[in-house]
Amino acid sequence: MAATPVPKHLTEGEVGLGLTLLIGAFLCALASARAVDAPFSVHMAVFALAAVAGVVAILKRYEARPAEAPPQVIDGRPNYNLGPVKFTAVAAMVWGIAGFLVGCIIAFQLWAPALNLGLEYASFGRLRPLHTSAVIFAFGGNVLIGTSLYVVQRTCRVRLAGELAPWFVVLGYNLFIVVAGTGYLMGVTQSKEYAEPEWYADLWLTVVWVVYLLVFLATLWKRKEPHIFVANWFYLAFIVTIAMLHVVNNLALPVTVFGSKSYPIFAGVQDALIQWWYGHNAVGFFLTAGFLAIMYYFVPKRAERPIYSYRLSIIHFWALIFMYIWAGPHHLHYTALPDWAQTLGMTFSIMLWMPSWGGMINGLMTLSGAWDKLRTDPVLRFMVVSLAFYGMATFEGPMMSIKAVNALSHYTDWTIGHVHSGALGWVAYISFGALYCLVPWLWNRRELYSLKLVEWHFWISTLGIVLYITSMWVAGIMQGLMWRAYNALGFLEYSFVETVEAMQPYYLVRALGGVLFLIGALIMAFNLAMTIAGKTAVENEALPAGDALPATAGLAPAE
Amino acid sequence: MTYEHAAAFAQTSGLIYFVGIFLAVCIYACWPRNRARFDAAAHLPLIED
Repeated sequence: MAATPVPKHLTEGEVGLGLTLLIGAFLCALASARAVDAPFSVHMAVFALAAVAGVVAILKRYEARPAEAPPQVIDGRPNYNLGPVKFTAVAAMVWGIAGFLVGCIIAFQLWAPALNLGLEYASFGRLRPLHTSAVIFAFGGNVLIGTSLYVVQRTCRVRLAGELAPWFVVLGYNLFIVVAGTGYLMGVTQSKEYAEPEWYADLWLTVVWVVYLLVFLATLWKRKEPHIFVANWFYLAFIVTIAMLHVVNNLALPVTVFGSKSYPIFAGVQDALIQWWYGHNAVGFFLTAGFLAIMYYFVPKRAERPIYSYRLSIIHFWALIFMYIWAGPHHLHYTALPDWAQTLGMTFSIMLWMPSWGGMINGLMTLSGAWDKLRTDPVLRFMVVSLAFYGMATFEGPMMSIKAVNALSHYTDWTIGHVHSGALGWVAYISFGALYCLVPWLWNRRELYSLKLVEWHFWISTLGIVLYITSMWVAGIMQGLMWRAYNALGFLEYSFVETVEAMQPYYLVRALGGVLFLIGALIMAFNLAMTIAGKTAVENEALPAGDALPATAGLAPAE
Repeated sequence: MTYEHAAAFAQTSGLIYFVGIFLAVCIYACWPRNRARFDAAAHLPLIED
């Protein structure tokens, strides 16, 4: 190859994206000026500013970058693209703390309603979707996008497809989070649980998500490893299914293109079914399939053991994705939904127990021959406990989907307890484990700043989860029993407000559990920040300094 | 076509479809010739480059 220097010029992608962003900025500024409501005007201004910032970022990046495109391979090793992954790791931690904090605030509001301070912006109805979206989509979403972009590169042994596209995905996704979150505070919602953002935010997320899918597929397409690793199957199922769910559930007509309000095209029981088809598969494909992908990569990696049974992982994958999609109607027991559809949802929910536990066993048994590591490695302990919680939550869920059980549990805080044993115990713990692994790998550090702080995080947050779920179990079952209690004359035994009064002490216990979980996350953020800064805690100083290691050293290979 | 016809068709074809797919996946996963490939794939996360 000739050594003549290539003259530096803007790539087609840089020109194309830059022009698109400029046109977008112009249109958004126009929409902001003509907006019929204030939140829409604010959001269009945010989009316009973000688009201008995007153009500036493209130009700055162009100034700084070498003339040639980054090499695919350096010294025979793939030149992994880790910048976007680093961004998501930091974003996940920041959003996680924000989401846990808002969760604590609304938990205390339930205990003492006056804590909303009489402000519309701090009312439970606005802060609750802020909490759920911050923890599920902002924290969980950044973990999923970040780990997927990391794992697909490592297991395909190839650099991520595209140069601007991965940045567009991570920055665009976080812009969606900002628009969604500020929208809730300003009262913008389409009132669909876990799909609250209005039509314009939904359209933006659709664009970002399609680019995400294309980046992922194009990376798989150019892979050097002939076999597509099982984690990538789970990630792909997550990306494709979320795209489908998001588009169908958010089909809506805006009242005007210059306003935030829209109306869904479905109505009544059809709308309810579509919503819970979406809602439960957000659990199944966002909070389960994506995090199972994390399990199938990070547990073997950290335990330095191969996957217990790769065959089981294949059966696990196909059984899980084919069954989850039918389970949604169990959210609509004893409603206007036809009885057979309720029974269908219940039946598939119960069957789901099998693939769920198959996957859990596969993850846990990956530790065979390395169980001793649980004693010494708190990061691995996070992941193993997350699998235990996954097993618990996927046993409890099918049980609660049985109509007779649901008659007691539905609309009570038992559901909240169940969701949090899954969300705190499974989703957050496997995410914590993955982030504790990922941060030293991404920033070339030998180990974390301090494993002792990971121990503290583990025990404080585990205590928090136990307080949370036990108080909600007691509160929820008590609430359900009080609602259905009759006296000798056939009248209801308790008024509604009596049930609320009875739950107050449990709400305090729950809020304290949440505070412990938040404290754990703050310890984690400190630990990760110190790791990124390249510091070493006193306890680890005997180890060699971290910075001197080669890029892909990570942990020692197993066998 | 009555509701009963539609329901019977949906239930029967759904049953055959799902059982068929599940069996196909099990056979694929347990096929002896795939063993070496899957054993290698189980080690994929551990390979460093």
